[in-house]
Amino acid sequence: MASDTLLARITDYANRPDPYPLYAELRAAGPVVWQADGSALVGGYHHITALLHDPRLSADERSLCGRSASEHKDPSFLRLDDPEHHRLRTLAMRPFGPPHNPGRIDAMRGEIARITGELLDALPTDRPVDIVDDFAYPLPVSVICRLLGVPREDEPLFRGWSDALVAAADVRPGEDTADADRAGREAGSEMRQYLLDLAGRRRGNPADDLLSDFVNEPDPSLRLTDDELGVTATLLLIAGHETTVNLITNGVLTLLREPEQLERLVREPGLLPLAVEELLRYEPPVHMRERAPLVDVEIAGTTIPKGTSVFLVLASGSRDPRAFRDPDRFDPGRTDNEHFGFGGGVHLCYGAPLARIEAETALGALLPRLRTARLADESPPYRQNAMLRGPRHLSVRL
Amino acid sequence: MAGELRDGRIVVVGASLAGLRAAETLREEGFTGSLTVVGDEPYPPYDRPPLSKQVLIGGVPADTTGLPTRRDPDADWRLGVAATGLDLLERRVLLADGESLPYDRVLIATGTRARPWPDAGEAALDGVFTLRTRDDASGLAERLDAGPGRVLVIGAGFTGSEIASACRERGLDVTVAERGPAPLVGALGGTLSQLAAVMHRGHGVDLRCGVTVTALLGDGNERFVGADLSDGTRVEADVCVVALGAVRNVEWLADSGLAAGARGIACDAGCRAFNMYGIVTDDVFVAGDVSRFPHPLFGYQMLSLEHWGNAVAQAEVAAHNMINPGPLQRPHLAVPTFWSTQFGLNIKSVGVPTYSDHVVIAQGSLEARRLAVVYGYRGRVTAAVTVDMAKSLDYYRHLIETAAPFPPPPGAADRAIAADVPIPSDVPDPKGLSHEPVVALTGHLPDRRLMVVQPTR
Repeated sequence: MASDTLLARITDYANRPDPYPLYAELRAAGPVVWQADGSALVGGYHHITALLHDPRLSADERSLCGRSASEHKDPSFLRLDDPEHHRLRTLAMRPFGPPHNPGRIDAMRGEIARITGELLDALPTDRPVDIVDDFAYPLPVSVICRLLGVPREDEPLFRGWSDALVAAADVRPGEDTADADRAGREAGSEMRQYLLDLAGRRRGNPADDLLSDFVNEPDPSLRLTDDELGVTATLLLIAGHETTVNLITNGVLTLLREPEQLERLVREPGLLPLAVEELLRYEPPVHMRERAPLVDVEIAGTTIPKGTSVFLVLASGSRDPRAFRDPDRFDPGRTDNEHFGFGGGVHLCYGAPLARIEAETALGALLPRLRTARLADESPPYRQNAMLRGPRHLSVRL
Repeated sequence: MAGELRDGRIVVVGASLAGLRAAETLREEGFTGSLTVVGDEPYPPYDRPPLSKQVLIGGVPADTTGLPTRRDPDADWRLGVAATGLDLLERRVLLADGESLPYDRVLIATGTRARPWPDAGEAALDGVFTLRTRDDASGLAERLDAGPGRVLVIGAGFTGSEIASACRERGLDVTVAERGPAPLVGALGGTLSQLAAVMHRGHGVDLRCGVTVTALLGDGNERFVGADLSDGTRVEADVCVVALGAVRNVEWLADSGLAAGARGIACDAGCRAFNMYGIVTDDVFVAGDVSRFPHPLFGYQMLSLEHWGNAVAQAEVAAHNMINPGPLQRPHLAVPTFWSTQFGLNIKSVGVPTYSDHVVIAQGSLEARRLAVVYGYRGRVTAAVTVDMAKSLDYYRHLIETAAPFPPPPGAADRAIAADVPIPSDVPDPKGLSHEPVVALTGHLPDRRLMVVQPTR
């Protein structure tokens, strides 16, 4: 088939269970593969690395040709460029990690293990378990709620907003996305207001959570404005639970499909941190990111004009044989594994340390039960989303 | 032939980063013969960068920076014994304990040592330190733990600046005496040295530039109590750290007939040592800080690098070439990189900043203390240094590797206003500095003229 239909085929729901042959086709078709709609796909490891570190590539949607600024008011730092990206990310990082709070996430290990244990104890015994709904979704939701300071019982409320926002951010070439975009904007505005209200209640009345730290920052120059706080908290809440669910679920699915590697992990639990890195490479939660050059940019002899929509297909880069030996093999002992599971460059995943601990804890606790487990459905249904790819349900007999 | 090369006797002289990585690579690539690693320090290979950072801050003890091994090099470790000579004809490494080790191929990775204070009597005062080894760091950290009233650091290169930063992080009063116009000027040139000076002073360092220390003073009981400066002032302090750069460990090769001098041992891009006539040897290889090698990206000038990354990359190439025949040998072409952390800043460099005539601030700003400075030489990009902006480094590395025009093209979202305004790079002549720059360019294509041994200042 023509390579200019690759993005359409990658995003076609029918190919969600196994997009990897399409990624191989993408890498074979060239460093830059033009699509019928004028966008460009990049799927090779080294070219993606170069573009992720190129300061001329913008993550801001307003840098794309034909996108108006009014549609995309107040982006989060995920879709901003330096220096504004750096300023907001640094402020958001202050209560979360080094250098100001180096121990905060590590200190959550005990709590993450406790939540994991409670979820495992509550798993149904009279029917197959849905790894997604019964385990991989509630775990990171509980953790991010605890960390941010969002009431766990509000989950039904923000789940609706989150679904709408994530759907609006998906890639769907050739489709009319006006309705989804409008729904996303409405959800975003309600979610921001909800989080601002929560934060407001902590002003002068701090609890041990990020919202409290954000609103009670004593130095005015280090305090987020209300607008900034709304979009940042929304980003953290969504990113904190829409991605790790895929990582854990993909992990369970992969291990059940690779019984030898599962046995190896049970025998050598010390491999678990490496196994999580391998999952991030082999079945990553995030498959692609969009960028736009701020000037004409040349990559491997091809010029990508300013404003072009460029999709960096991270999941393809992580399977590139030019960067990884035997890339289609799942090897939990793999070393030298500089995958794109957390992206790269200045936008490298903010929550990566948390995701690593969550996945390690969840898979580690589940391992003993997986030895005797079987997939109740060999072809689990996937979520619609092509960018954030993972099963919607994973039915397993434990 | 390839089979023969994978057997036999290899001696690695130097048991630090380069020596260890070479030993591992030899085994990794299939060397099955006998392997001996000689080191003058009694310790297994350890990492030095933390000694002026985490160790001095008090974060970790000095004896915990052992280098992780990638694989067991299955070597005979001769630690605590210095090599005292090399007999090229008899193919033997002579050791301080009188023994000699026969070899078929030898790798020289003896590195550098801290340049000592020139007056031996003053250097021996209690409280006067240099910083290069684990023992140095452990002794200095212990003295800093005791809470001295003031620390005098002589020399504001990378090591001196990191020491000053660690002292301030501990809340200790620090005076830094630098002969040049500003800290780091020898390695990074004028623009960033101005930022470095601001960082020193902003963190409470008593920075004195354009001065030299004329005498270290004792109290009559051989305890260091202060120093006289060339501007007529006196600094009272309890601890003095002499950070005047490094001296290459080549004295043991003085009679060997190799091209070994104060600036290191000359070798080709394949890490093979030159003898004193400029003839390349077949069985003597060099890697790490003690080497000087031609690099095509920098006019084939002989580079002497004191960089962690260079020690690793060059050791791997040397090891590969030691056990592979000519057509399969590789050149050492890595683009130099190094890093430093000081005063809360992360400084990273790619290329050779001293190989420059102009610079531009390409991204960020000095005011924000977050920027990328790009260095150019005769209209092409030769280096970049980032301050708290390391993610852009790969982009600039690509510009260096492709000899991109200088100043670099526009396009970055955080492009500096000054990005179109090249200013002189102001890299001083190393002879005017009290310490060596981290990168030294030491002349053109290797030939006999390089054998004029320069006296150590």
